[in-house]
Amino acid sequence: MIWNEEAECMSREELREIQLKKLQKIVKKAYENVPYYNKKYTKLGVFPEDIETLEDINKLPFTTKDDLREGYPFGMFAVPPKEIVEVHSSSGTTGKPVVSGYTRKDLDNWSEIMARGLNMMGIHEEDIIQNTHGYGLFTGGFGVHYGAQKIGSIVVPISTGQTRRQIEIMKDFGTTTLIFTPSYGLYLAEVAKEEGIDPKSVGLKAIGFGAEMWTEEMRKKIENDFNAPAFNIYGLTELMGPGIAVECSSQNGLHISEDYFLPEIIDPNTGKQLEEGKKGELVLTNLEREGMPIIRFRTKDITSLHYDKCECTRTFVKMDRITGRSDDMIKVKGVAIFPSQIEKALLKIDSIEPHYQIIVNRPHLMDEIEVKVEASPDIFFDEVKEMINIKKKIEDYIENEIGLRVKVSLVEPKSIPRSEGKAVRVIDKRDLH
Amino acid sequence: MKISQLSIFLENKEGRLWNALDALANGGINIRALSLADTSDFGILRIIVHDPEKAKKILEENDFIVKIIDVVGVELDDTPGGLANVLKLLNENNINLEYIYAFTHEKTEKAILLLQSKDLDILINVLENNNVNIVPSKEVYNL
Repeated sequence: MIWNEEAECMSREELREIQLKKLQKIVKKAYENVPYYNKKYTKLGVFPEDIETLEDINKLPFTTKDDLREGYPFGMFAVPPKEIVEVHSSSGTTGKPVVSGYTRKDLDNWSEIMARGLNMMGIHEEDIIQNTHGYGLFTGGFGVHYGAQKIGSIVVPISTGQTRRQIEIMKDFGTTTLIFTPSYGLYLAEVAKEEGIDPKSVGLKAIGFGAEMWTEEMRKKIENDFNAPAFNIYGLTELMGPGIAVECSSQNGLHISEDYFLPEIIDPNTGKQLEEGKKGELVLTNLEREGMPIIRFRTKDITSLHYDKCECTRTFVKMDRITGRSDDMIKVKGVAIFPSQIEKALLKIDSIEPHYQIIVNRPHLMDEIEVKVEASPDIFFDEVKEMINIKKKIEDYIENEIGLRVKVSLVEPKSIPRSEGKAVRVIDKRDLH
Repeated sequence: MKISQLSIFLENKEGRLWNALDALANGGINIRALSLADTSDFGILRIIVHDPEKAKKILEENDFIVKIIDVVGVELDDTPGGLANVLKLLNENNINLEYIYAFTHEKTEKAILLLQSKDLDILINVLENNNVNIVPSKEVYNL
C-alpha cells in the first residue's frame, strides 16, 4: 500500500530535479524573509543564486538548536503571524525552548508525510488508531492525528496515561493500530495482562512507535506481546514533527520523505558530508515549509543513509534507526535531557558542589533517573529531616528544569570520579544498543 | 556546659562507617559515646570524643563532611525510671527533643543522657531549675 506512488516511487533523477528546484526556492525565501539567514548568508558571502546544484548545499552554513533558541519565540518565522495557524514547541531542554510555527499549508504537508507513513505500516481508512502520543506542545500527538485524518481512519486521541482506560478502549472499540513510545507500549501490555486481557487478543494490525531509543529486542518483545508488527516513526519539532521518516513493511530502516526533506550525513566533528552507508550526524533541510524554513539543521542524531532499492518499491532513501547522539543529550521517558540542565538546577542551590552524575536505568520497563550530588558542609545538617528537605529541594529544582521527577542521592565529597578530560556526567545503564 | 559533638555525614555505601571509625582509630581518637541515625539513603553518625577539633580535622582529611554540634549531657541514676523522669519534665515544659542517646560509664555508675533540642539554652534552663544534674563537658571528654 503506497499513499502517494507518484512521489514515493519516482526515479532518483526526477527526485533530484524536484529537490533542487525546491531548495533554490526555499533558500531564497529564507534569505529574504528571515533576518537570521539573511545576516548569516551575507556575512559568509553566500547567496541564494549560488545554489546551482544540489551539491551546492555544502556552501550553506549549518543551523543549530542554539541558533533556533536565539530566535525564541518567533524569530525564525518566514511569514507574518496572521499566516501561522499553529505552533508547537520542544521541551526547552538546554535553555529556551524551540518554537515551531506552521501555516495551513504546512499542516497539510505534515498530514501528507504522516499519511504516507501510516500507509507504509499498512494502515488505511478502515483502521482505528489509538494514539497514545501526548497532544499539546509536543508534536507527537498532533502529527499522528493529522496523518490519521488524512487517510480517513478513525483516530482515538487518548494521549499517554489512563492506562486502564486505554485497555478498555482497545478492547471495546476494536483498536487496530496503537501508537506509543516503546516503554509505554511495554507498560500497556503488562497492565493489560494484569487486567486479565491478553494483548494478543485485541487483534492489532500494526504498531507505530518512536520518540525514544529502543533495541531490536524491545521491538521483538512488543511485537510478541501484541502479536503485531511494530514500525519506527522518526521526526523532530524543528523540522516538522513525526513522519519525517517512517519504516515500511520491510522493517529495515525508515524512508525519509525526500520531496519534503533533504537529508545529509556529516562527520559531527568536521562537518564534512559523509558518503552513503557511513554513520554520522543527520542533517535535514526543509524543502517545503512556509512558516519556518529550516536549512541544514544539525539534528545531533547518529544514523546512516542507504539508497539501495527497497522491497516495498519506494525509492526514498532509508535511514537506520537512531543509535546515538553526537552531543550528551539523553532521552528519558521520551523527554530530551541534557546534563547541563541538571547542572543549572544544582547551581540554583547555594553552595552545592558542581559534582554530579546522572544514572539512567530501566529496572522494569520504565526509565528511572538518579542524580548523585556531592554533599558539602553547607548542605549537611545534623538532622535527618533537614537533610531530607534538602534532597527534596534539589529534586524540585531539577523537576522544574527538566519536567521529570528524579531521585537525588547525596554522596560524600570526592566520591564521584573525576576525569582528566570531559567529565562523565551520564551513566546510561539501559541496554539500548 | 554544652558538649561538643561531632556529626558526620555518611553515604549509604558499604564500609563507610568503618572508614570513619578507622580514620579516628588511626589518629588515636577514642570514642566516648556514639549514635547513628540512618535512612535508606544516608546516615548521620554522632560521636563524643575527647578532642573534637582534632577528630574533625582527621575526618576532614579523609573527605568526610563533619560538623561540631552542641548537645547537653545530663546525669541520671542508672535505675529504672531515671530517663522517664527527665523526659516527663521536658514534656511538662513543652520541650521537643530532636534526638537523644545515652551511655553509661563505670566510674560513677551513672548513666549520661545526651540531648539535642532546637533551643539548647531553654533546655538547660529547664534542667537547672529542676535540679537535674548537667554534666560538664570536661567530665564527659575525660571519662
